[in-house]
Amino acid sequence: MYKYDQYDQAMVDARVEEFRDQARRRLEGKLTEAQFTPLRLKNGLYLQLHAYMLRVAIPYGTLDSRQMHALADIADRYDRGYGHFTTRQNIQYNWIKLEDAADILADLSKVEMHAIQTSGNCIRNISSDHFAGAAADEVVDPRPYAELLRQWSSFHPEFNYLPRKFKIAVIASDTDRAAMRLHDIGIQIVQNDAGELGAAFYVGGGMGRTPMIAPCINDFVPLDRLVTYAEACLRVYNRYGRRDNKYKARIKILVHELGAEEYTRQVEEEFAHLLEQGVEPPFAELERIRTFFEDPLFEADASSDIDRSDPDFALWVDRNTVAHKADGYVSAVISLKPVGGIPGDATAEQMRLMADLAKDYSFDELRVMHTQNIVLPHVRKADLHALWTALDEAGLGAPNLDTVEDIIACPGLDYCSLANARSIPVAQRISERFAKTGKTETLGQLKLKISGCINACGHHHAGHIGILGVDRKGVENYQLLLGGSEAEDVSLAKITGPGFDEHGIVDAVETVTTVYEREREDGERFLDTYRRIGMNPFKEALYG
Amino acid sequence: MAELLRYRDDETVDHPAVTVDAFLDQSNASAVRIEPGDDARDLLPHLERVALVEVNFPAFGDGRGYSSARILREAGYDGELRAVGDVLVDQLAYMRRCGFDAFEPDQQLDKGDVQAAFDRWPEVYQPAADDRTPIWTKRHS
Repeated sequence: MYKYDQYDQAMVDARVEEFRDQARRRLEGKLTEAQFTPLRLKNGLYLQLHAYMLRVAIPYGTLDSRQMHALADIADRYDRGYGHFTTRQNIQYNWIKLEDAADILADLSKVEMHAIQTSGNCIRNISSDHFAGAAADEVVDPRPYAELLRQWSSFHPEFNYLPRKFKIAVIASDTDRAAMRLHDIGIQIVQNDAGELGAAFYVGGGMGRTPMIAPCINDFVPLDRLVTYAEACLRVYNRYGRRDNKYKARIKILVHELGAEEYTRQVEEEFAHLLEQGVEPPFAELERIRTFFEDPLFEADASSDIDRSDPDFALWVDRNTVAHKADGYVSAVISLKPVGGIPGDATAEQMRLMADLAKDYSFDELRVMHTQNIVLPHVRKADLHALWTALDEAGLGAPNLDTVEDIIACPGLDYCSLANARSIPVAQRISERFAKTGKTETLGQLKLKISGCINACGHHHAGHIGILGVDRKGVENYQLLLGGSEAEDVSLAKITGPGFDEHGIVDAVETVTTVYEREREDGERFLDTYRRIGMNPFKEALYG
Repeated sequence: MAELLRYRDDETVDHPAVTVDAFLDQSNASAVRIEPGDDARDLLPHLERVALVEVNFPAFGDGRGYSSARILREAGYDGELRAVGDVLVDQLAYMRRCGFDAFEPDQQLDKGDVQAAFDRWPEVYQPAADDRTPIWTKRHS
């Protein structure tokens, strides 16, 4: 794992003091609320419906047990004893007092954490593959590149007042576990025929009210030009991204309006210019960062035997563990989606338990998934039963990874001032319904994603089944979408037709799964069947 | 209009800045004002006759002027680069890094706050238009 040196620590500490000073100037009336708002946003502080929300960065979703303990302590000391893991691998606290914020940031800095640029019109926390360093299919661990970009983008003087927020994801395998092409910039580290590593740049993807899949604008940027290329992409956006309309200000609109070809031409021109300006870090810095991400010392002779005599345990193993590059190891997913629970929420006690289990069983490392679950990336198969037993006792043993119960949901109208409808209760009713009918397991992989407004924080465009909450004449109404995917087979979901009320939407989800059960051919997921048979059979069943 | 903050030793240019269009039409103008929608690169062929470039920030959230400033410095412009308009204390350090060496804010800024803003950052992560050495260079020198 990356460790701060005195430079990183000094920068984070300076940021805490800067925010303390900004908060003081706000209280003294030297800053208006309009002037203060972007400053607090760039430190992760949002004003929600009931209180301030603080979003803490978890760079590329990786943290250690000491950091997870600190997150638990913050939940207890400053919030209501829980936190919410988000679709960008961060954590949010929902009940923060503004006067505590600087102290929380100071607590975070003690464990090499921060809330820098987790909101605002700047380059946000950089996300990555949650199985990085463990997955058998990766070309290389993508996180060193994400860390290099974290440093480059932190306090970037030119790119702190962009037209709109800017999200970057970095992966390094053909399997996309980070929704890479639905980011402003998605980077895939690839290997060319000569065995050299480079970065494929996908620019202009995103969800929100105008979802778009990012086109590839350069399929091989040499690694010693990575930062320069990113700088060129950002400069063209900063200069020409629309600022007349907040809803057309993301880079996806610029790329769309210019056309990918013309945007690429402008980037290449700027890139050629910037190559002369010496903005690239020394290659030794990338090599230094890589040393922090070397493999832990896996046991060469770790046993691959698993005692499957307990059926509950065997089900969890089948559902929630994922193949690892080292023999005798797996990545184990801790589901934060108990039946009827709030997706992504964890209590302070659960955070502490996960931290301790990571220390005991996973080389002191945890990951946050964009699907709002937690991964212990490197677990010996021999330890799985002990791990599962501890998780199950704490209500963390739900065997439902990638099933219809593994729902992504935004905070919705329960917390968010932008929302039109509640998301959480819909997620709760759906997982309860499928747990009750016992169909979860037979439906297999089925990614269900719920947003409480068109801003799409709940990724509904990318759900095999998506749900969008809208306001219809003062009543919550839910539209159903089918056929989206955030993975390497990326696609945008299509709306089925008229929406449903909060009870009707649960029935509607069940109805479309019934169509799938009736129509599916061998080995097909819900998404595959939908792609083969199209929308009509589902429409007929829904609206008939 | 508040006091001019200036971090240069040479004489202040006292003739008024003209628009980019007017500047390109008038061969004798030496002070020009860039609006957010202007292309700073239009000035590059004429830099030898420019002594002052004002970059206007009509609203502090419009960050195009940061790119304009860096583009001018990257092209070798070494005259005065002045940020004018909705220039706030918390933007000063970023503006300075992008090459601004004078500030003419609409609202008077507190001198102590200005000094604190410039003294805030012990290091910088990335190179820009100033002469600060980035952390990643220091680590390997």
